[in-house]
Formats: sequence, structure tokens, C-alpha cells
Amino acid sequence: MRRLATAAWLLVLVSAPLWLRSPYFLHVLIITGIFTIAAMSLNLLLGYTGQLSLGHVAFFGIGAYTSALMSLGFDIDLTDTFKLVVEPKPVALSFAVAIAASALFGWLIGRLSFKVRGAYFVIVSLSFAEVVRLVALNWVSLTQGPMALNNIPPVSVWLPGIGEYRFLGKVPNYYLMLAVAVVSYVVIARLVRSRAGRAMIALRENEALATSVGVDVTRYLVLATIVSAAMAGAAGALYAHYVRIVDPDIFLFIYTVTMVIMVVTGGKGTLAGPIVGGIIFGIVPQVLRDMAGPEVQWIIYGILMIVIVYFLPKGIVPALRDGLQRRRHVRDAGIDPLASAPPAEAAQRR
Amino acid sequence: MVCKGRGPAPRDRGNPLEQLLQHGANALILGGTYALLGIGLTLIFGIMRVVNFTHGELYAFGAYMMYLWVMRLHVNFFVALLLAVALGVALGALIEYVLLRRLRSSDIDTTMLVMIGAWIAMQNTEQLIWSGVAQSISAPFPSQPLQIGHVYIGWDRLFVFVTALALIGLAYYLINRTKLGKAMRATFQDRETAMLMGIDVHLVNTATFAMGSGLAAAAGALLGPVFVVQPSMGDLASLKAFAIVILGGLGNITGATVGGFILAFMEELGAGYISSGFRDGMGFLVIILILIFRPTGLFAQKERIG
Repeated sequence: MRRLATAAWLLVLVSAPLWLRSPYFLHVLIITGIFTIAAMSLNLLLGYTGQLSLGHVAFFGIGAYTSALMSLGFDIDLTDTFKLVVEPKPVALSFAVAIAASALFGWLIGRLSFKVRGAYFVIVSLSFAEVVRLVALNWVSLTQGPMALNNIPPVSVWLPGIGEYRFLGKVPNYYLMLAVAVVSYVVIARLVRSRAGRAMIALRENEALATSVGVDVTRYLVLATIVSAAMAGAAGALYAHYVRIVDPDIFLFIYTVTMVIMVVTGGKGTLAGPIVGGIIFGIVPQVLRDMAGPEVQWIIYGILMIVIVYFLPKGIVPALRDGLQRRRHVRDAGIDPLASAPPAEAAQRR
Repeated sequence: MVCKGRGPAPRDRGNPLEQLLQHGANALILGGTYALLGIGLTLIFGIMRVVNFTHGELYAFGAYMMYLWVMRLHVNFFVALLLAVALGVALGALIEYVLLRRLRSSDIDTTMLVMIGAWIAMQNTEQLIWSGVAQSISAPFPSQPLQIGHVYIGWDRLFVFVTALALIGLAYYLINRTKLGKAMRATFQDRETAMLMGIDVHLVNTATFAMGSGLAAAAGALLGPVFVVQPSMGDLASLKAFAIVILGGLGNITGATVGGFILAFMEELGAGYISSGFRDGMGFLVIILILIFRPTGLFAQKERIG
């Protein structure tokens, strides 16, 4: 039954370019997908370890800039006499370097801020994103500052028999996005069901208890941050090579908020949550766009976030699942529906 | 606080000592308002365990209220200042009452999400009402700066400094000398015991949030006429306030006061001697250094969260 549903979902997603005739809708779907990948990576931190990263856009942007710069080539004047020159590299390699760079920054931020628990990680990640934005804006010789990096080449891979294949246009990019999304999903799904994932959930539920049974809490938190940052970096690189222009606005806080609201609405700590939230908040703004200006849209986002926390604190996916479970229980034997598993376990079982 | 300001740049670039003194004077003046921001935020965190993301928006609110009263309605500058602070206090009380009161038993993450939502909604409401264009507010001070030796200080900045010091004094008085302040300190130490002693914790929460918000609004209302007013100004104010609070230790009022001045000095010296582009990045540097060397803040007591 579950397999069937997954297959049906995949079929719908894979066939989307066939029945979605409008290139505009396909574009919306690609951007939605890219942000959903970022939301999935955020969910690993927020949902499974309980740490809110308010600078997730920094990892996303670092991925985008690194991949763009590597594929375009760049030079840095290290001293007056020595100059670091990087020739344009193949996009596939740039992509990999981007993921590594984001992961490295994830490690740094994680190592620093998990010395202390609580609000610190939130604040450090938030100001980290702001600093990265300032760097992108002010280091004009490298990033072009507000003039943006232009003419970023599309992703290309070398396929045996075909030669070099370039992901130009909407349909190839859609499948590329889908492939990265599926890989990310599988990575997260395997990770949270592994020993490391159980450790993360344990420390989210009760850190003192987790420590007392020998879980090295900080190590797993840093691990989660690295994986999460790498994944956000991949989404950013994908974005850079699809849109083919990157400017410092990519670091705007509002994108982090979009990711957070996707995760919270869909259901943090569930695998399907960010996808449901991602699709809702990828597509709804496009519908709203004709009716209201950007400010009104953001006001609605803000209010929605408050309303969701009040009335649907676990998010859509857990709420739906609880509803289904309750119905099934009532139908089967009238077992007390409230006695079902707590959310953490339920999330894990899924 | 986005320092595109028309501040008195050191005119005499020749003498390094005079230059240093000028930077020091600028920093001291900025530090007063930073301390106001920091005290407000640390008070709210310490007593309510709320990471207040609307703090910067209250700062922007104070500045915009100045703009409204002075530039649009032509009210006297000093009356406008009082009105701006009073409205900031009222808005803070409203936010606490509407948004936070029913979340009192929730964890810190839940309130954080609510405050982020409020932040986004408030900032964009400002954008909607006032448009994104930066506005300036005229202040009734002589444009000729005060000259002490080779150090120049604008009268508007001097007024900001003196008022900020007075407000810091008032905050200390409220916290240390009044009955409400005693209730606040008791709640800070131990919420349950405070409740057992008959302290109305709801009232303490509302008062704390209103007071913290009032201080942020006062900082905005004071700096608004010195710099320019724009809807995104709150973001940087929030970040700086967070840096100050981490510097001083979360929940530590003395720490926040000193932290405000330290951050101002670092920013001013960083902008003066390194690069003005990274002035606003100094806050982050502060956070990093503190987390490496003294994660609980410079003035840490036993308090450590988590």
C-alpha cells in the first residue's frame, strides 16, 4: 500500500513535464523543487535535532556562489605579487566543490555554536548569514557585488556514448532537480533511521538522558549540521546553474523564512513534511502574486506562521496521520486513539 | 544604525591620537543607544525566556514614530520623543498580551517561531505603510558641531548620548529600586517560587516585555534623526542586540550595558581602521570570539541555558 502510494507520487512527479504544458508552471515547479530540497535539509536540523537554523540561506548561497565562481573561473589577489587564479572548471566538479564548501562552513558553524545550547545556534546562524551577505556585497573583485555573477553555465555531464550533455532549458533542469531531490530524500531517510539519526532524535527529546546513556550529543549535532549544510549547498548550486545569475540578494533572510515556514507547515521531523510544505509555499505565492504585492504576501506569511504554531503546532503531515490513525483505531476495536505512539516514535516508524 | 550617516567624520586626518579620540567619542555616543537595545533584549530573555525577534522592529517602530510625529504631524521634537517611547511601551505590552501570554508554557522554539512570524509581519507592514524609501528626520539642534580640542561632536549626537544614559539610569532604577523591579528579579531567579510568593507572573511578563520594547523604541527614536529611517533598519538592530546580549551573557543586564559600549567601540574602530564596509559585520565577530573563548559571556554568573 505504502509502496503503491510512493510509486504513484513518483509517477506524477516524473510525468509532470508531459502534462504540464506551460513553461511558466514548469519554472515554478523547478524553483519550488529547489527550495523544497533546501527545506528538507533544514528539516534535518529543525525537525530531527530540534535546532533552528536561521541562517540556512547562507549555506544555500555559499553553494550557489561557489559553484558559479568555480565554473566561471576567478582570481584573488592574495598579496601584491601573488595571485590565486582559478581557471573555469567543469560544472560537475564545481557542483561537488560547492557541496564541500557548504559542508565545511556547516562544520565550522556547528563546532562553534554547539559549545552552548539553546538560543546560541539560532543567533550565530542568523548573523553568519548576514555576514556572508555583506561579504558577497562588498568583495566586488570576486563576486561582482550587486552587479551579480552573470552567464553562469548550465550543469553539464559527460555521458558515455553521448558525450557532453548540457542541462539547458526547463525540462532537463526539471529532471535534474527531481534527481537531486530524490537523492536528498533518500539520504535523509536513511540517516534518520540509522544509529546517528536515533541519537539525534534522542537528544531532541531529552538531551540529559541521551548524554547519560553515552550519546556524544555535540558530535551528532555537528554531523547533522554538516549534512544539512551540504544539502542546502547542493540546492544553491542547482539554483545558480538553472537561473544562471547570482547576486547578494540570494542571502536575504526572507528565503530562510520561506524554508522555515515550509518545514513548520508541512510538519517538522517528518520525511514528507517539507515536501508538502514546499509544494504549498512554492505554488501559493505564485497564485497570490496577481492579487497582492510582495509586502502583503510577506505579511500573510508572517501571520500564517503564527497561526500554524497556535492551531497546527505539529504541521499538516502529522495532523493528517493522526487523523487517519484515529479513524483506523476506532474502526478496528475502539482502542483509545490518544494512546497511540508519541510523535517522535510515529515519525520514526514512518 | 545603517551607518550611511551624516555623522561628523574626523576632519583632521593628520594626527593619529586626535583621530583615535574622535573615533572614541563617536563610539561612546553610539554605545549608549546600543546599551539601551541590549538591556531591553536581555531583560526579555532573562525573565521570559523568549528570544525576541521583534526587538529590531520595535527599534524601527520608534524611529518611524519620530518620523510620523516630527515630519508629518509637526509635533515638537521632544514631545515626539516621549510619544514614540510611550507608543513603543504600549506596542510591547500588546505583543506580549496577544501573542506570548498563551504560549507561556511552551518551549523556547515555539515562541521563537511566533516571534519570527511577528517580525516578518511587522517589517512588511512598515514597508507597506512607509514605502522602502529611506527618510530623514530633522532635529532642532545647531548644525555646527561642538568642538573639544580637535574632536568634533554633533549636538544631536550629544543629546542622544545624554538621553540614552538617563534612560539606562531609569531602567536600573526600575529594576533595582521599585516593587515591580523586585518582582521581576524574583521571577528571573526562580519563576515557580516567585509564583508561590504571590507574584503575578503575568503582570511581570507584560511589564518586562513592555519595558524592553520601550527601550528598543527609545533607541530607534534617538538614532532615527541621526541616521536615516528605513523599514529594513530593524534587522541590523536585532543582530546587534543579539551580539551585545551574547557578549554580556544572556539575561545579564550589566553585561548588556557594558556589551553595548564594547560593540560600539569595536564597530567604530573597525570601520575607522580596517574597512567601513564591514562595520556591521563586527557584531558577528564579537559573537564568534565570545563563543570560542567565553561561551557564557563576559560577565557570566552561574546562569547557563540548555
